[in-house]
Amino acid sequence: MQPAEIITETGGVIGASWLMIALPAVGAAILLLFGRLTDRWGHLLGTAMSLASFAVAVLAFVELLGFDEAERRRQVMLYDFLPAGSFHVEMGLLIDPLSISFALLITGVGSLIHIYSIGYMAHDEKRRKFFAYLNLFVAAMLVLVLADNYLGLYIGWEGVGLASYLLIGFWQHKPSAATAAKKAFVVNRVGDFGLALGIFTIFTTFGTVAYKDVLANAGAAEQVTLTVIGLLLLLGACGKSAQLPLQSWLLDAMEGPTPVSALIHAATMVTAGVYLITRSGAIYEGAPTAQLVVTIVGAATLIAGAIIGCAKDDIKKALAGSTMSQIGYMVLAAGLGPIGYAFAIAHLIAHGFFKAAMFLGAGSVMHAMNDEVDMRRYGGLRTVMPITFATFGLGYLAIIGIPPLSGWFTKDSIIEAAMHVSPVLGWVAVIGAGITGFYMSRVMFMTFFGEKRWASDAHPHESPKVMTWPLILLSVGSVLGGGLLIAGGTFAEFLRPAVGAPEEPLAFHPVSVPGIVTIVLVLAGAAYAWTKYAKSPVPEVAPRGSFLTTFARRDLYGDALNESLFMRPGQWLTRLAVFFDNRGVDGIVNGLAAAIGGTSGRLRRIQTGFVRSYALSVFLGAAAVVGALLAVGSF
Amino acid sequence: MTTHYLVLSALLFAIGAIGVLVRRNAIVVFMCVELMLNACNLAFVTFARQHGNLDGQIIAFFVMVVAAAEVVVGLAIIVTMFRTRRSASVDDANLLKN
Repeated sequence: MQPAEIITETGGVIGASWLMIALPAVGAAILLLFGRLTDRWGHLLGTAMSLASFAVAVLAFVELLGFDEAERRRQVMLYDFLPAGSFHVEMGLLIDPLSISFALLITGVGSLIHIYSIGYMAHDEKRRKFFAYLNLFVAAMLVLVLADNYLGLYIGWEGVGLASYLLIGFWQHKPSAATAAKKAFVVNRVGDFGLALGIFTIFTTFGTVAYKDVLANAGAAEQVTLTVIGLLLLLGACGKSAQLPLQSWLLDAMEGPTPVSALIHAATMVTAGVYLITRSGAIYEGAPTAQLVVTIVGAATLIAGAIIGCAKDDIKKALAGSTMSQIGYMVLAAGLGPIGYAFAIAHLIAHGFFKAAMFLGAGSVMHAMNDEVDMRRYGGLRTVMPITFATFGLGYLAIIGIPPLSGWFTKDSIIEAAMHVSPVLGWVAVIGAGITGFYMSRVMFMTFFGEKRWASDAHPHESPKVMTWPLILLSVGSVLGGGLLIAGGTFAEFLRPAVGAPEEPLAFHPVSVPGIVTIVLVLAGAAYAWTKYAKSPVPEVAPRGSFLTTFARRDLYGDALNESLFMRPGQWLTRLAVFFDNRGVDGIVNGLAAAIGGTSGRLRRIQTGFVRSYALSVFLGAAAVVGALLAVGSF
Repeated sequence: MTTHYLVLSALLFAIGAIGVLVRRNAIVVFMCVELMLNACNLAFVTFARQHGNLDGQIIAFFVMVVAAAEVVVGLAIIVTMFRTRRSASVDDANLLKN
């Protein structure tokens, strides 16, 4: 079934949905422009703006539900953005089931992260600036998902890049944070380059960048063009969503404050790539090669992220590996076509809840342990931090896919869909789920079980209510979210007007061969982790480990690869250019100057200062003139 | 015949020119310059006589006036130079070189 027509809307809450973006943007502007004046209440304003934006999103969602299914794609025209000759872009918002799902996730989970940050950043003197950046992040992400054209998406895309740069490098007094921010920005730039080229190609092909026209006419374009566009957009998606081969920034991005990691991994930023691929579904459906590449990238990343997650001792980096892996699932599902879109987005929303719960839980643990991130110095925290333990635990059960928590519904659906399209992809996803069972259990057991391996000055305590309440709400979402979305195909039906639906929608089977194999593998992984990290003592200093461990600890040598493939040749290139500039360009200029200088220096010697030699030259000159006159006269 | 006068004039001029180029003493150089001027005067007067035209003779007077003026200024310079440098050698007067 094809997506529904886009209808132009003028009134109602949807007509005022620009408020969703404007509120956090105004919040950020006030906090940044009024500076220290807002220090005392800035965090409250930021949180209020985010909550207000969430309220608008909920109202718009309710209003959208009031329409018939065929009328649920509504476009709000805002203003003429670029009336430049044949290149005419009208800026508007597209409120449809897909964008409103994202908006709800971004503002909802985003608001909980804002609330949590009030407690987490309470002692940071730059707290106001932190909230300004959080608001900016939310606003940019909303521009990205709500814009009704690719150019608007690109603006939000860059805004998200900027906000992530500011937040990852928030503690820029640490050189590692400054470097990580720079790395995230540079790696994202590679992806943005692909996205920009993709949008250029879209414009040259379709003559417009509005979704309304591009997606409706995508079927008429040549397959080669669509493949090129699809691959370029995929490059953009790889950058933002940390997919292979542009994954390297994600692990370093853990240098930011923990709420930022939660925001980047759960609600914003990394979900942008999945959104882009799903939104451009019509383009990918016309380009099977591009779709295949998308699924391969997703499958490879979900395994790579899982392997990385297995070896990290830093709790945030282990969770970052798991994000990579889970986003890999979503990209895989989005690459499957209409059969997978709903599952990709459902998993994205479920992941938003449980990953936010776990990241914020990790932040709560770090808060209690004097900012220690090494899981080898945790252990036995479940009695000391019962709420964090319970909420983190629910998130953990959800991510590994224990029925009937949300991860089970959404991940199983993706596995089923992948099996339906290609058994190879399906089994890769099953294996990935098994590894997830191991590495997430490892995080869980090393942190909350086993004997205490705390530093001598650690006095862990439960976090304040302002931090635990968001955790509780998020864990409720992690438990219920997936079931509400997947069971009965509710969410697929809801998304149908926006992304279309397959001829025969895939019903959710609670009991199936891949599903059972998945659960068996997950339990086996968890059991292995239990024997290794809960039953037997965990050394406080990481053992050397096998080749595979080193491989995973080094992020699968991704950085080494980038260094040897791009960084070093790049450095050589610059050195070569500098050499050429110094010796070649400067050589010519300096050589000419030296030649003129040398010649004039030699000419200067003639001027000895001796009157007699001047007299001689005058005499010779006169003689030459006379000689010349005589010679001329004799002819 | 005027040829002898002209040959004498040329000889005097050549002697003066060589003196200017070879001698170091400023006073002698000066005298050689006078010699060259007067060799020219001789040539002017000779040609005036040969062509029966007074122009050359008049020019000779002008040259004498100029030579007299030149001697006044030149000698003053030489005397001043000698006072400061204790030498009348033209080779010592090379300050403008640097």
